Amino acid sequence: MIEIKNLHAKVDGKDILKGVDLTIRPGEVHAIMGPNGAGKSTLSYVLAGREGYEVTEGSVTYYGKDLLALEPEQRAAEGVFLAFQYPVEIPGVANTTFLKTAINAMRKHRGEKELDAMQFLKLIREKTKALGMSDEMLKRAVNVGFSGGEKKRNETLQMAVLEPKFAILDETDSGLDIDALKIVAEGVNALRSPERSMLVITHYQRLLDYIVPDHVHVLAAGRVVKSGGKELALELEKNGYRDFGVNEAA
Amino acid sequence: MLTTTYATRGADPSTAPAFLAPLDQLKSGLPGAALSWLRDLREQGRERFAAVGLPTIRNETWRYTNLRDLTKLAFHPADAADGNVRFDVLPTVRTEGQTGPRLVFVDGRFRAELSSTEALPAGVELLSLAAAFASHGELIGEHLGRLALADDRPLVALNSAFLADGPVLRVAAGVAVDQPIELVFVSAGSDERPTSFHPRTLIVAEAGSRAVVVEHHIGCGTGTTLANHVAEVFVGEGATLYHYKAQRETASAFHLSHTAATVAKDGCYDNFILTLGARLSRNEVTSVLAGTDARTHVSGGYMVRGSQHADTTTLIDHAQPNGTSREVYKGVIDDTGRAVFQGKIIVRPQAQKTDGHQLNRALLLSDTAEIDAKPELEIHADDVKCSHGCTAGELDDAALFYLRARGIDQETARGLLIGAFLGEAMEEIAEEPVRDAFQALVSGWLEEKR
Repeated sequence: MIEIKNLHAKVDGKDILKGVDLTIRPGEVHAIMGPNGAGKSTLSYVLAGREGYEVTEGSVTYYGKDLLALEPEQRAAEGVFLAFQYPVEIPGVANTTFLKTAINAMRKHRGEKELDAMQFLKLIREKTKALGMSDEMLKRAVNVGFSGGEKKRNETLQMAVLEPKFAILDETDSGLDIDALKIVAEGVNALRSPERSMLVITHYQRLLDYIVPDHVHVLAAGRVVKSGGKELALELEKNGYRDFGVNEAA
Repeated sequence: MLTTTYATRGADPSTAPAFLAPLDQLKSGLPGAALSWLRDLREQGRERFAAVGLPTIRNETWRYTNLRDLTKLAFHPADAADGNVRFDVLPTVRTEGQTGPRLVFVDGRFRAELSSTEALPAGVELLSLAAAFASHGELIGEHLGRLALADDRPLVALNSAFLADGPVLRVAAGVAVDQPIELVFVSAGSDERPTSFHPRTLIVAEAGSRAVVVEHHIGCGTGTTLANHVAEVFVGEGATLYHYKAQRETASAFHLSHTAATVAKDGCYDNFILTLGARLSRNEVTSVLAGTDARTHVSGGYMVRGSQHADTTTLIDHAQPNGTSREVYKGVIDDTGRAVFQGKIIVRPQAQKTDGHQLNRALLLSDTAEIDAKPELEIHADDVKCSHGCTAGELDDAALFYLRARGIDQETARGLLIGAFLGEAMEEIAEEPVRDAFQALVSGWLEEKR
């Protein structure tokens, strides 16, 4: 279980999160919706442990552990996964090298034997096929020259391979056309399981047609201002965020 | 009037006597004493060095590399008593169990019992300079001292003054040598006193020949050493010479090196230097495209940490039309390390249709790491394509976080990114076994840090 309590965070000296409360149980998919600048991405980075995001108050308890006390790689090893809104391009590092290093780092952390080249290849072939990814995408440098859709598929592939307990999907729909969105959503849905929690961060309701959440929360001005079931997303789609003191019409 | 001459401004003759004093004793014992041209070459070197001494930072090409520390040490020329070290394993780019042509020099002296020249094809001569004075006097006389001129380079003058030994390679016209020819230079020195030596390398690749030369520079022991190398490389018409070098001497070593190459029509000189070692190093490479349609690739990687200082100074001289030059250097600097890159491209008035490209990128891993970079284009022809790029930056925080967010620990993540950064230079190594071997050295360097 993940419990976020009264979370406050600063970026560049500016208060962005101002008391976020959220509890996510195993198997649940929560959506966080909100206008631009509400603090959605900040929340995802704070949970993943990015430098420069300073928590000033509150706590995040992750299966009984103080998540905020862990380094990013320790969080990942404990099962936290952030699917980036903007996956980073890393010239010179082959996608396969990256994936293999990541998988084996995780396995090592869990006290499992590292995969050899053959075992790794077998695993990766299986997963890429399901996501409609080519072998060529594996040979290329991480995200370099990838289209928006390919980058998001690559994120989904990493998630499928690393099998997190808690996946945070940050604006996974941004930059995707409807076909790419469907493929990515299918990949994500295939990973839904009673042990795996997800936090889907999105500006638009569209994504939630494909990844249907159990709970929807509205984040505005750094706080969760409303929570409800999946119907809340439809309501937001119709009325926008103006009920929450935000006018996006401009 | 165009000139490649380096000014000898900033000369300091007062530093010369300490280096030259042992020469009087040594002189009579130097090999080839019977050759008058050799006596002249040595004497000219001695006179020149006596007049100018070590270069100082007032000399424009030595502005960023200070040899002051050399003057505080009383270097003694290596003698027969030095370098009596034993080796179990010598560095190689060959796979385990394979042997091939190799010359080994310890403190500048040829060590026949560690060397092997058996597997060479006909038309290839590989021997020590000291032996070549006797057996190949004409070949040596024709080439030695023709490219590396003592007039404008004090360290070349010093090298000439002490000229005694080093590798000689001659590849006859049309001969291709498939296996790499390895030259191993060991700086052993002595615990009792700082030791200096001045190896001279001569490579003559005749028309249409092809060869791969790999230099390994290593150190052993804890003695302070000064290796003052000079290499002269003649690439004949349509010949291709790959000249690789990995320098990983100890932290008490000074490594100074000047490589002067000339490339005839349709020839190609490909030089790559990987710098990992030495307290202070300077690699100066000069490549003159003396014939039309000649090519040269001069690239490398430098990895500097602790309080190391590594200087890379290149001069590409396009003297004839249709020449191509390509330079790709990548450097990684950590701690209080300091690196220098000076890259000059000259395009002479007649060198139309020249295509020159130069790139130097440095990665600074600490706040106290330093790079001084000075790219220089001197173009006197109007129909040329020349570009240069010079950057210094830090590791990409976003990339680092991305890797860590996938469970990769910080040091491994940094290693991946540094390795990837250097990759662009390592890819310039055309010969796969050499690339693999050098890549392993880079990986070893990254591992050491962890």
